[in-house]
Amino acid sequence: MTDTPTAASSPPKPRTFFSALEIDTRLLGMIGAFVVICLVFNFLTDGRFMTPRNLFNLTIQTASVAIMATGMVFVIVTRNIDLSVGSLLATCSAMMAMTQTWFVPDWLGFGLNNPATMPIAVVVGILTGLLIGAFQGWLIGYLAIPAFIVTLGGFLIWRNVAWHLTKGQTIGPLDENFQLFGGINGTLGETWSWIFAALAIAGSLYALIQSRRTKLAHEFPVKPVWAEALIGAIIAATIVGFVAILNAYEIPTARLQRIYEARGEVLPEGLIEGYGIPISVLLLILIVIAMTIVARRTRLGRYIFATGGNPEAAALAGINTRLLTVKVFAIMGMLCAVAAIVASSRQTFHSNDIGTLDELRVIAAAVIGGTALAGGMGTIYGAVLGALIMQSLQSGMAMVGVDAPYQNMVVGSVLVLAVFIDILYRRRTGDKT
Amino acid sequence: MTAPLVEMRDMVKSFGGIKAVDHVTIDLYPGEVVGVLGHNGAGKSVLMKMLSGALQRDGGEIYINGEKATINNPRDARNYKIETIYQYLALADNLDAASNLFLGRELMGPTGFVDDAQMEAETRKILARLNPNFRRFHTPVAGLSGGQRQSVAIARAVYFNAKILIMDEPTAALGVQETRMVAELIEQLKSEGIGIFLIDHDIHQVKMLCDRANVMKNGQLVGTVKVDEVSEDDMLGMIIAGKCPPNAIPGPGALQTA
Repeated sequence: MTDTPTAASSPPKPRTFFSALEIDTRLLGMIGAFVVICLVFNFLTDGRFMTPRNLFNLTIQTASVAIMATGMVFVIVTRNIDLSVGSLLATCSAMMAMTQTWFVPDWLGFGLNNPATMPIAVVVGILTGLLIGAFQGWLIGYLAIPAFIVTLGGFLIWRNVAWHLTKGQTIGPLDENFQLFGGINGTLGETWSWIFAALAIAGSLYALIQSRRTKLAHEFPVKPVWAEALIGAIIAATIVGFVAILNAYEIPTARLQRIYEARGEVLPEGLIEGYGIPISVLLLILIVIAMTIVARRTRLGRYIFATGGNPEAAALAGINTRLLTVKVFAIMGMLCAVAAIVASSRQTFHSNDIGTLDELRVIAAAVIGGTALAGGMGTIYGAVLGALIMQSLQSGMAMVGVDAPYQNMVVGSVLVLAVFIDILYRRRTGDKT
Repeated sequence: MTAPLVEMRDMVKSFGGIKAVDHVTIDLYPGEVVGVLGHNGAGKSVLMKMLSGALQRDGGEIYINGEKATINNPRDARNYKIETIYQYLALADNLDAASNLFLGRELMGPTGFVDDAQMEAETRKILARLNPNFRRFHTPVAGLSGGQRQSVAIARAVYFNAKILIMDEPTAALGVQETRMVAELIEQLKSEGIGIFLIDHDIHQVKMLCDRANVMKNGQLVGTVKVDEVSEDDMLGMIIAGKCPPNAIPGPGALQTA
C-alpha cells in the first residue's frame, strides 16, 4: 500500500530505433506505400508523376473525398456505415448552387457575385448537410433502423432530391468567391503559404514540447530527447517540403498577366509566381486538425471510441449512445456539405452526377487508412492517407494510359489487399486495436 | 436500528409476459456483504440492474439511507454512489486503463479538453494500491489478463468513492490467485463501511465472503439467511427446490410445506 507507482513502471529500455521514436508502424507502412506508388508511377511516366504540377493536382483531387473520409472514420468506429455521402454531397451542392444562382441574386435582388453570396451559400449547404445527417442519425440511433438500410435508402433518396430540386439541370457558373474553394481557382500564393508553413511548424513544435512537459510534470516515462528532436525535425521538414512543392507549381505567365490586368497593374518583367497551398487543401488540413482534436481530446471523441469498442459498457457508463449516433451522423452530414463546396467549386458548376460513387471511395479511404469495420478503431490521418493513396493510384494509372475499367479493377484489388495486409499486421503484432 | 443503506421494496420487472423479478424486497446495511443467489434466470441480475440503473423497474421503490431514491439510468445510480462491477467486465476493450476508469466522468483540463495525463496519474495511483503489479497503462485493456481487467473495474468503483457496490460474479473470469485478490479487496472495502451486493454461483465463496444471502427462484425471493446459521446444503436446497431452512426468513417464493 505504498505510493511508488512511478518507480514500478520505469520505462523499459527502447529496443530499436523505431520503438524509441514511438511512431505508429502502421502510419509508416502507409507512407511507405504512398512513396512506392509515387516512385513507380514516376518511373512509368518518365518523371511526369512527381512534378509540382501533378502533385498539386493530386492534392486538390483528393480534398473532397478526404474531407468526407475524416467523418466516415467516426461513423465506422461507432460500428455504423454511411452509404449516402455521395448523394448527400449532391443535395448539398444543389442547395448551394441554387442559393447562389437564384436565391441570392434574384429573390434577394443582390445581383451576381455579391460578396454576401458565398457565405450565405456555405451556411445553407452546411445546414442542409447537418439536418439530413442528424435526421439519418436519429433514424439509426432512436428508431434502431440499421445504418446500412437507412443510408442505402438515403443513397437513393438524396441524389434524386438533388435532381428534383434542380429539375435535372446543370447549374453554373457558380459565384466567383465561391469558386475560390475549387483548388486552382483559389490558392494562398507563395508568401501566405510560407507564413502558413511557419505557423504550422511553430504549432506542432509547441504541441510536442507541451506534451513532453505534461509527461514530465506527472513523472511519466518520456522519449529520449534526441527522439523528440528528430520527430520535430521530420515534421518541420515535411511541412516545408509540402509547401515548397505547391509553391513550385508556377502560375502560367498568360494567367498571371490577366490577374495583374484585373487589378489594374502591369505584370513586372520576368516575375514568376507559384500557386501555393490551394484553399481546398487548407480547408482539408484544418478539418483534419479539428477532427483529430475531437477524436483525441474531447469527451465526444472518447465516447465515440468507447461506444465502438463496447456499446454496452459505454451505455453502462452513462453515455447516451443514441444521441451519440445522431451527433456522429450530423458531423458526417456537415462534412459532406464541406466536400460539396470543394467538389462543385472545383468543376465551377453543379451537375447531377456530382459525387457519384464517392460513398465507396470514402469508405475505401477510411478502411485503407486502418479503420476497422468491426468498430472502435481508426485514425483521421490514416483515412486521409488512404484517400491520397487511392487518388494517386487512380491518377497515376490515368497518366500511364490505363483504361478506366482497368483502373477500377486495380483500385478494387488494392482495397481488398490493404485490408488483408492490415489483418496480417494485427495478427503478427497481436495488437487488437 | 439505523435505516438500511439500501432497501429495495416490492421490485417488479417483466419481459413480455414473464415476470423476471416478482415483488422482491431486500436490504443492505453499511459494511455488509449480502449475497444474491439463484439459478440462471432466477432474476438476480435483473434485480441488481434495476439498482444500478441499467434497467428501468416496472414497479417497486428504492430507498437509500431511508430516503426514497429516483434511479432511472446509470447516471442516477452513480449520483447515489452506486457502482457496479459486471460479470462480463464492462470495459471498452479498445481503450486504455485510464480511459476506462474515467469513462463517462473524464477529468477535464482548464482548456475544456480531456486531461489524459491527469487521468493516467490518478489511475497509476489507485492501481498501485489495488494491484501493484499493474504496469500496462498504455495498452488497450483487451491486451490485459482477466485479473488486470477486473482491477480496472474495481479501481473505478473505489476511485469514485462507491458507498454501494454491486458485484456480478466478479471472480467468474479469474484464476485462483486473482480470485483471492478480489476476496481480499472485498474484505477491505467492507471494513471501510461500503455495502456490497454480491451475485455469485459459488456457494462456497458466498459462505466465505457474505454476511447474509438472499436466494431467488423464478423471479421470486425464496428467503433470506444469515450465512453463518445455515449449511451449504441448506442454501443449495433453497436454490434448487426453494425449500427454506427453519432459521431463514422466508419470502413469497418459498416452497409451501404442508
